[in-house]
Amino acid sequence: MRVFRDTWLIFERSLVLSLRNPVWVIMGILQPILYLLLFGPLLTNIAKMPGFPPGGAFNVFVPGLLVMTALFGSAFVGFGLCDELREGVVERMTVTPMSRVAMLVGRSMRDVVLLLAQGLILVLLAVPFGLEINLGGVAVAFLMLALIGIMMSPVSYTLALVLKSEDSLAPVVNGISLPLLLLSGVMLPMSLAPDWLQTVAKFNPLYHAVAAIRALFNASFGDGEIVLGVVLLIVLAVATIAIGARSFSRAAA
Amino acid sequence: MSAQPGAGPVIETVGLRRTFKGRGGTVEAVAGVDLSVAAGDIFGFLGPNGAGKTTTLRILATLLPPTAGTACVAGFDVAREAREVRTRIGYVAQSGGSYRESTGREELVIQGRLFGMSKADAGVRAVEILEALDLAEAADRTCATYSGGMRRRLNIGIGMVHRPALLFLDEPTTGLDPQARARLWEEIRKLRETGTTVFLTTHYLEEADALCDRLAIIDHSRIVAEGSPTELKHEISGDVLTIGVNGHGDEVVKLLAAQPFVREAGMEDGLVRLFVDRGEEAVPAVLRLLDAKGLAPSTMNLHRPSLDDVFLKKTGRSLRESAA
Ligand SMILES: Nc1ncnc2c1ncn2[C@@H]1O[C@H](COP(=O)(O)OP(=O)(O)OP(=O)(O)O)[C@@H](O)[C@H]1O
Ligand SMILES: [Mg+2]
Repeated sequence: MRVFRDTWLIFERSLVLSLRNPVWVIMGILQPILYLLLFGPLLTNIAKMPGFPPGGAFNVFVPGLLVMTALFGSAFVGFGLCDELREGVVERMTVTPMSRVAMLVGRSMRDVVLLLAQGLILVLLAVPFGLEINLGGVAVAFLMLALIGIMMSPVSYTLALVLKSEDSLAPVVNGISLPLLLLSGVMLPMSLAPDWLQTVAKFNPLYHAVAAIRALFNASFGDGEIVLGVVLLIVLAVATIAIGARSFSRAAA
Repeated sequence: MSAQPGAGPVIETVGLRRTFKGRGGTVEAVAGVDLSVAAGDIFGFLGPNGAGKTTTLRILATLLPPTAGTACVAGFDVAREAREVRTRIGYVAQSGGSYRESTGREELVIQGRLFGMSKADAGVRAVEILEALDLAEAADRTCATYSGGMRRRLNIGIGMVHRPALLFLDEPTTGLDPQARARLWEEIRKLRETGTTVFLTTHYLEEADALCDRLAIIDHSRIVAEGSPTELKHEISGDVLTIGVNGHGDEVVKLLAAQPFVREAGMEDGLVRLFVDRGEEAVPAVLRLLDAKGLAPSTMNLHRPSLDDVFLKKTGRSLRESAA
């Protein structure tokens, strides 16, 4: 099938390019590590507060950092596309018979691979701090991280195709990802928040993703948030891929 | 994928139109273009900046939907059957195409593969192109390290990787040094031997004259002339006489325009230019007339009409001047 072959070709090309100039990849892993080292220790005391969810401080904190890594690892991918647009690469490929879905999914796959690698490094570094892991839970958690990437990177690519320049893209991406992040309970659990804030947060898919990944790290597999989070992310990912692929097929015009 | 000569036109447009809406109002970039390009031809699209060359090319290459009119490329409608068209053409944009952080070889190979070539075939083909375009030494360097002309050559090579039956080149030789230009002309002529149709835009008259089987001149979004370079030049029968007049241009034009043997007189680049029936008789007559008025010419040049004369006659401007 043409679409699979093309997707693989674009994936391969994008990955090679990312690894050739890995500034973004390194920045992407550095940020959560800094949080782990400089913010994590604060939590050990807060974890004793009433309302703090079950599990050790790091079992609450690291899932949040993972979601943050996945979000930032995919929300800003449009910047690279702006560069390719400017250099005429997208236009050139548009005039080939290649699949438009592949133009998007090949790139998104690269983004997912990179963010999963970053997540893995983060988890391994967090274990000495006191993160408790179980293999099954971590595996499903990483699946959810992949879904976050598959959901967010088409949004970023679509915005890049419309806005075409980093300068206009930056504020829009920030404007979207910051509230998503704040309303997901990444830093501190939402259970500490006032009721109205908790209500608003429930409309944020990442809130459920964070809750689900915390449950997974704690091996609470019966938690309803897990199914809810996975289903939500799948539905949203399908929608954003459809929109993103459409944008690619209209990109040149 | 070789073109079949005589199988009807590879490109046919009828009443092609494209407007752009912007803050400054509506721009009509292409205003009713009818074109017919035969298989196997090198077809030149000649026109000054902003004439609508790139816009027409982008429509033909499926990048831009026409506002009105139709365009058939390789037998398929560009708007409705874009995919079919895309498998049959190569397109080299006026600028850009390769990625800064990729190497020349990588770009050629992936392009071949996106057109369905195997990894091995694409690799072999990439080497062929790199050698033909004098880029073999830079093959594994990133494009960011290429000179402007090298990058341009690579972009052209990318458009040719899959041996398309129809190749669009938007100002292929702009920015190339004379040697590289000659080499590219050579490559384009080789394409003709293999039956490839080449549609190129240019504002170099020598290029159009030397390279193209047929030409269309586009000005202000409209086709103003079409034919082979020889046909176009024959349309202007007679000779062209240019006269250096030391600043007495208007006076001389007025005087000569009134003469029965002068078909048309005008000023271009500080020279008086006359279209005359018989050059060898016009020269002494002009000399006599100017002498009588005490307006000795500084230079006189008699030549057969060039494409520039054609352009001047059709558009009222010299392409040399507007392209400068
Ligand atoms: N995307 C666009 N939006 C608005 N106007 C446009 C757009 N593209 C082209 N135009 C306008 O259409 C006209 C024709 O442009 P086009 O690029 O086709 O000219 P060209 O013949 O290729 O010129 P050049 O020799 O400078 O490349 C110009 O007036 C240009 O400003
Ligand atoms: Mg142009």
